[in-house]
Amino acid sequence: MSSRPRVSVPATAASGDIIEIKALISHTMESGQRRDASGNRIPRKIINAFACTFNGEPVFSCAIEPAVAANPFLSFSARVTESGTFRFTWTDDDGSVFEAEEAIEVS
Amino acid sequence: MIQATRRHVLTLTAGAVAAFAGGAIGIAPARADEEAFQAAIRDFTGGVEPQAGRVTLTLPDAVENGSSVPVSVAVESAMSDGDLVEEVAIFADGNPLPGVAAFAFTARSGVASAGTRIRLAQSQTVVAVARFADGSVFMDSRSVEVTVGGCAA
Repeated sequence: MSSRPRVSVPATAASGDIIEIKALISHTMESGQRRDASGNRIPRKIINAFACTFNGEPVFSCAIEPAVAANPFLSFSARVTESGTFRFTWTDDDGSVFEAEEAIEVS
Repeated sequence: MIQATRRHVLTLTAGAVAAFAGGAIGIAPARADEEAFQAAIRDFTGGVEPQAGRVTLTLPDAVENGSSVPVSVAVESAMSDGDLVEEVAIFADGNPLPGVAAFAFTARSGVASAGTRIRLAQSQTVVAVARFADGSVFMDSRSVEVTVGGCAA
């Protein structure tokens, strides 16, 4: 059904580097546009927001609509100047929040 | 006679294709109306007229399946004080709803670029609109041919 977040962050980087981050979560992203066999609309249930912070500071976030494909994938960048931890959150329409963390060593 | 001849198979296939095409015409996918599409962009820009340039939207010219189409956007910006992209929103004029996703950047993003995978209900135009911290707005658009729509899938 939902929620096994996977993120890809380089283990190490040099200070000032811009790194690429990829984030994916398993989720059906039910759009609210589909109908079941008896013609009733299947209620919307999507991941509607994603956010990434580094050592508590916002890096990137995304507002997500039903037009984003199932198992929503995001790629984005971050400039790193110190070692620390990226924290990722995905918010479901039902209020659940899924989380992941990745540390990076910056020299 | 059970054995299907090549001609039979071809006839059946053609029939199935025709039936499918007919069905597709009968239930055309819902499309956001032009006014809703323009209103969504206006809400995002705050009424500022988007300029051409600085934004590069990348997605395929044609896809067989609209259920997962890779899209990425990159905006020319120093991503520091005075030249900062705050947010980039993606809109699609042929989906049931015009909004697709909105990427919010900070100076810690390093560069204003991001990618995702989207659903496209039919052939249409996809637009990326970038709003800078100084209030200026830039955009890019691409049209994409979709063989099988992805919203009802």
